[in-house]
Order: sequence, then C-alpha cells, then structure tokens
Amino acid sequence: MKNLVKAQADWFKSGSPWIWLNGGAVAICMVMVVGLLGLIAVRGFGHFWPADILQTSIVDREGARHIIMGEEVRSEIIPAAVARDGGYIVEQDVELITRYLFKMGNRDVNGRDFSWFLETGMEKWEYPADAISIERREWGNFYGYPVAIKEQDKLISELSSADFWQQLGQRLNRALDLHGQIHRIEKSDIGRINKRMDDLRLERRRLELDGVNGAQLTAADAEFAARRAELEAEYSVIKKTRDDLLAQATRDKLIARTADGKEVVIAFDHIVRVTRPNEMGVFAKLGQYAERFWEFMSDEPREANTEGGIFPAIFGTLTMVIVMSIMVTPFGVLAAIYLREYAKQGTFLKIIRISVYNLAGVPSIVYGVFGLGFFVYTLGGNLDELFYAESLPSPTFGTPGLFWASLTLALLTLPIVIVSTEEGLSRIPSTIRQGSLALGATKAETLWKVVVPLATPAMMTGLILAIARAAGEVAPLMLVGVVKLAPALPVDGNYPYLHLDQKIMHLGFHIYDVGFQSPNVEAARPLVYATSLTLVLLIITLNITAIKIRNNLREKYRSASD
Amino acid sequence: MSPTALVEPIKLEVKNLNLYYDQKRALNGVSMKIPEKKVTAFIGPSGCGKSTLLRCFNRMNDLVDACRVEGEIILDGNNIYDKGVDVAELRRQVGMVFQKPNPFPKSIYENVAYGLRLQGVKSKRVLDEVVEKSLRGAALWDEVKDRLHDNAFGLSGGQQQRLVIARAIAIEPEVILLDEPASALDPISTLKIEELINELKHQYTIVIVTHNMQQAARVSDYTAFMYMGDLIEHDLTDTLFTNPSKKQTEDYITGRYG
Repeated sequence: MKNLVKAQADWFKSGSPWIWLNGGAVAICMVMVVGLLGLIAVRGFGHFWPADILQTSIVDREGARHIIMGEEVRSEIIPAAVARDGGYIVEQDVELITRYLFKMGNRDVNGRDFSWFLETGMEKWEYPADAISIERREWGNFYGYPVAIKEQDKLISELSSADFWQQLGQRLNRALDLHGQIHRIEKSDIGRINKRMDDLRLERRRLELDGVNGAQLTAADAEFAARRAELEAEYSVIKKTRDDLLAQATRDKLIARTADGKEVVIAFDHIVRVTRPNEMGVFAKLGQYAERFWEFMSDEPREANTEGGIFPAIFGTLTMVIVMSIMVTPFGVLAAIYLREYAKQGTFLKIIRISVYNLAGVPSIVYGVFGLGFFVYTLGGNLDELFYAESLPSPTFGTPGLFWASLTLALLTLPIVIVSTEEGLSRIPSTIRQGSLALGATKAETLWKVVVPLATPAMMTGLILAIARAAGEVAPLMLVGVVKLAPALPVDGNYPYLHLDQKIMHLGFHIYDVGFQSPNVEAARPLVYATSLTLVLLIITLNITAIKIRNNLREKYRSASD
Repeated sequence: MSPTALVEPIKLEVKNLNLYYDQKRALNGVSMKIPEKKVTAFIGPSGCGKSTLLRCFNRMNDLVDACRVEGEIILDGNNIYDKGVDVAELRRQVGMVFQKPNPFPKSIYENVAYGLRLQGVKSKRVLDEVVEKSLRGAALWDEVKDRLHDNAFGLSGGQQQRLVIARAIAIEPEVILLDEPASALDPISTLKIEELINELKHQYTIVIVTHNMQQAARVSDYTAFMYMGDLIEHDLTDTLFTNPSKKQTEDYITGRYG
C-alpha cells in the first residue's frame, strides 16, 4: 500500500500526467477536426455518386398497391406505434419498423420528389437495367424507362431498336451543344448590346442633366437614334440566330414512361444528363462522378439553388476576399506603422490601441449594420449623386454590392492586420534600424527600405487570419451585398470588367440559403454539405497560398543569428 | 585632460560634454581631442559611459527619448549639436559599426550599396565600382566576389561584421566609430577585424570602444580611460598602458577592478 502511494507520487513528480493531459487535449482537438471534415466530406462527396435506381411496389394507407421507382436516400427505424398513428396497417406484434426515404423524382407527375415508405408490404427491390435517370433543367430528376425518340413528330428510334442508346447519346450531345450556344449568345452578345443600349440612355440623361437643350439636344438625339438603330439592327441579327438555334434545339423529344406506366414527353433541350446507373460499372460511375462534381464546381445553380453548380458563389467569395485584401492590407499596415513607429507612446495611444483590439471583438452583424447605414446609404448615396446622377433614381453604388461587402469585411478584419503588423514591427531588432540610421538614412528611409520589408511576413500572417475570417463570414454580408442568386458574375467582358457595384453570391450565404430557405429540404441537404466542404477547401487553399508566400518571405529575411 | 604629446591635427573636439538619461547623469563634463587618421580607443568598466560618448559623435543618442546633451562636440570646426545640423548628413560623415553585426536583409551587394542608393546614386557602373572598392577595403572581396547577390545573412559572423564595415566605408565617411566591433566574434575573426582597423586608419579617423585591453593596446594609437562618466586619462596608448599617470587607470589596467 505504501509502495503504491509512493509510486503514485513518483508518477506525478515525473511529469507524465501532464504529458498525458496535454497529449490528450491535442488528440481530442484532432479527432474533432478530422470528424468535422470527415462528416462533411462523406456527406458532400457522396452526393455526386450515381446511385442505383430501384423499383418495388408498396402498399399505401388504403391498402392499394403502387409501383414506385427511385433512389434510396436513407432509412430509419421508428416505433410501429408511430406508423399506426400515421394511418398505416401494421401487425400487432411488430414493435419497431424500418422506413425508407426514396428520391422519386418526377415532380411534374407526382407533385413531390421525396417520400418515406414503410417496409411492411414492400416487395423485393429490383434494379431494372433499362431504368434511366434524367437530370432536367426544370422539375428535377426523372426516373423511369425510355420508350422512343421522336424528331418533330417522326419516330426515330424505339427502345427495342439496336441504335436506340446511340441515337439518344448523339441527339443529347447535339441538344447540349445548341443549348451552350444559345446560352453564350444570351449571356455575352445580347448582354453586351443591352449594356450599350443602357449606356446610350444614360448618356442622353447626362446631357439633359448638364443642361444641354434646344438644337444641341436635338442634334444629339438624332445621333443617339442612329446609334440605337445600329444596335437594334445588330440585335435583330443576333436574335434571329438565337431563335433559329432555339427552334433546332426543340426538334427532338424523348418519350419516356414512369414506373407506374404514365407516359411523359421530355424535350431534349430540357435534358442535362441521361444515365443508366444500373447498367454502369464502377469506372463508368467514377467518370460520371467526376463529371457531376465538375458540373457542381463550374456551373450555375438551377431550381432555386437546389440543383446545378455553385460556381457563381465560389467566384463571388473569391472576388470579395481579394478585393477585401487589397483594401485591408494597405490600411492596416499604414495604421500599424503609425501606431508603432511615429505616434507618441502614451495614455492616448493606449486608448487607441485598446479600441482597435476591441474592434476585433465586435459581433460581425454590427459591422453589417454599419456597412449598410454608412457605406451603402451614406457613402454610396452620395457617390451616386455625384457621379451616377444620370441613372438615378435607380441606385448604382447606393445599394448593397461587391464593393461595400468587401469594404465592410475590410473594416471587420482591420484590427487583425493592425495587431499582427504591429507585433511584427516590434520584433525587428533595433540594431538593424540603427545600422540604417548610422548610414545617414532618415527615419522614413529606414522604415521603408529596411523595417517594413522585414515585417512583411508578419503582415502576411495578419492577412492570412483576415482572409480566413472574411471568407467564412456570412451575417454582415446579407446586409451589404450578397444575394441568393446574382444575375451575373462581378467580372465580365464589358468595360470596366470588374463591376464593384454588382451584387454577388457567396458560399457561406449559399449554405444558409440552400439549407434553410430552400423549398426542397431533402434535395438541398447534400448540397449543403458539398458547399460547406467547398468553402472549407477554398479557405484552406487561400490560406496555404498565403502561408507559402509568407514562408518564402521568411526564408528571404531569415537572420543567420536566430 | 588630453595627451600632452598631441601634435597631430585634431578631427573631433569634445568640450565639457554632459549627458543625462532622465535625471541620471551619464557623462560628467568630458573634454577631449581626437586626432585625425589615428585610432583612439575608449576603455573602462561596463557602464562607464564609453559607448555613450561614442554615440554622441554621430548623435545616435538622439534616438533615446529621455536623453539630453549639454556641451559641444566640434567636428572640423563646427559644433555637431548646433540646431541647424542635418543629422543624416552628419552620420554620413561619421560612420558607425555596432557590437553585433547588423546586415540588412538584402544581398551582400545591396548592403554595401545601401548608403549610396540613399544618396540617390543610380548608375550601375558607379555602384559596382564602389561596392568592389569597399569590400576590398574591408578585406572581404575575395571571400564574397562570387556571391555578391546572395543574402547577407548567409555570411559568418566575422564576415558580416566586415560587411558592415564595408557598408560604412562605402559612403566615404571621415570618422568611423566602432562600438566593441569584435566582442561577438571568434578569435580569428577578431584578428581580421584588428588587421582591418590597422589598414583603415591610414584613411579614416577611428574611434573604438573595447572591453578588451589587449585589443586596445594592439590597435590604438591613443587610449582614453573612462570611469563612472568621467574621462580619467587620455594619452598615447603606450604611455597609458606602461606609465599611467592616474592611480585609477593603473588599478584598472592591472586588473584590480572592472
């Protein structure tokens, strides 16, 4: 007994309990981080795997049989009493019962595309080889069997014909190609003409505001009319091309049949993708997976953000973070240099410093409110009156947009940059400064040629933290420029290329919107995970880039003595 | 308080210099003359004010907020503590090398060219010339000529210290102040620095602060002994070490204190 007590005391003295305690803390942290990333990775990435289509029949509350078809989403075990309360007929001796959630698609036919079904009365699951899943531009997925392909009203091929799948593939590629062309024309060509038309309107309004009138205005009007006529001529040519393409795109139709025998006509120009998952091997599925994943990363959202991709959100987040970095770095660095190098150290400076540090603790939504009140309404409103009077009353900068969102985030992250830059400056050895001063450099020369370059790694550290904070921020952005669905990217081919006044989409807000504002919860759920994962990956990528730059700088300014 | 044998032209003259840090007096009415193109060493125990005095010669003490100076230092007939003096210009005339090597985080070449670039020299030819001349002057050229554009932090401590000396002589000062230039170096590097000082004294007036009395004896022509902010004795090095006139000096150099 005595020995045991002594051994215990020795063990405590040896310090191992502390090592275990510290090690344990690290282990718990790691488990949580890996668990978090793992969960969103599995849930998010699983979404793109082409699931098999199953067919079975069920008994509904009234005891009637229905054939159903779809993908299994998940299952859960519920007490039989709950099912009985729901009006299902369950045998008396059953206590627990499994129910399955199926993605049934066919929203245009059934009304809703996700349904729970009880295991009782369910027949064996079958995976018919001809079952197809059609991703559509509207109405979500379609599950069923193909029947025939029609060109206008002429029958081209039937499921039984040998060339059916080949025909389907060819015609689908053609339709997709046409769709791409139409999309391009609408986005860039028609967009450009619209922009020029609008410019003309604004130009005329500007003349009016400048007080031009009489003969001068008439002359200008004549010129505007000529230019407008020119644009309209150009537009009618483009419109003709587009209409021709549209007519071609609607040429082919796919006749399909749902599992319970209803016939549906789907125009090829509404189809994004046709898959036969039950027929596919692992590699074909992998290919499909990559294709879908790429679509998710590079495409625009459809169907109230529950389908399609998130590219505009990725792009918006990235643009916003970059614009923010461009604004916060010089401001923060200059402020830090003044505070550390020039300001007289004293009580007043202490107050300023405490205020700056506390600014980092202000809830972000408060910044959002400030951004809306000050940047958007006050600054933006005045900017509009000064420079964009011709487009009033519709606001240019007097409404939430990319620039104000970036500026609000810059304000939010300013303390972080200031604090780390100050720390970096204070770490520069005074001997280096003295060395420069002793060579006849002024204080400013010493600062800019020696001290500031040495402090760049610290500034980068500040920027890294700022980026990590800003990219993940959602609350203030809802007030100052992020929207559910932005009509266009903030960067395009029309002068001035970067449109700071435009509203943007943002990954963080996209998660919120898809997860909580979506009419179709089940369809949105995997997208929430996938988008979260993308956001995390984006932040990690941004951070790694910044860390790489910082390490390069550190290497460059590495001192041999330490 | 100046050596009786002073016959050389005088470069710097300190006249009744008092220096205070806040209320604390660090230099008590120091007066001395420093001859041109000779090496003058300041010795004394830690805290005696020798470095403080050295830093007065190029007004580095101005950087210390609480520091106040009374008295005059005459450089070539002008008081460097006059109101109208351009401190940057003064520091170009009076260069300084510090205890710890402090190269800038730049290439070897850019370190040496730094002072010239500050003065607005842009010509590549001039810069190349001066960099080579200064590095040769600091006995470093042969060791670094093939890696002029490498980072200066890659050099050894002794090389860095010679680089700093090269940087100082690149802007052709008249006086070079050395603040314990070898105290952070190994014996071989120390020897090189000492040889360099012997070379440099033909062109520059050198003032060196050192803890090491042997070093003072080896490199200097004149030596000043300071104690507690007072200049105790200033004489030819040989005289001061072999036949000090003050009891305090004798005690110090024979190792009785300090």
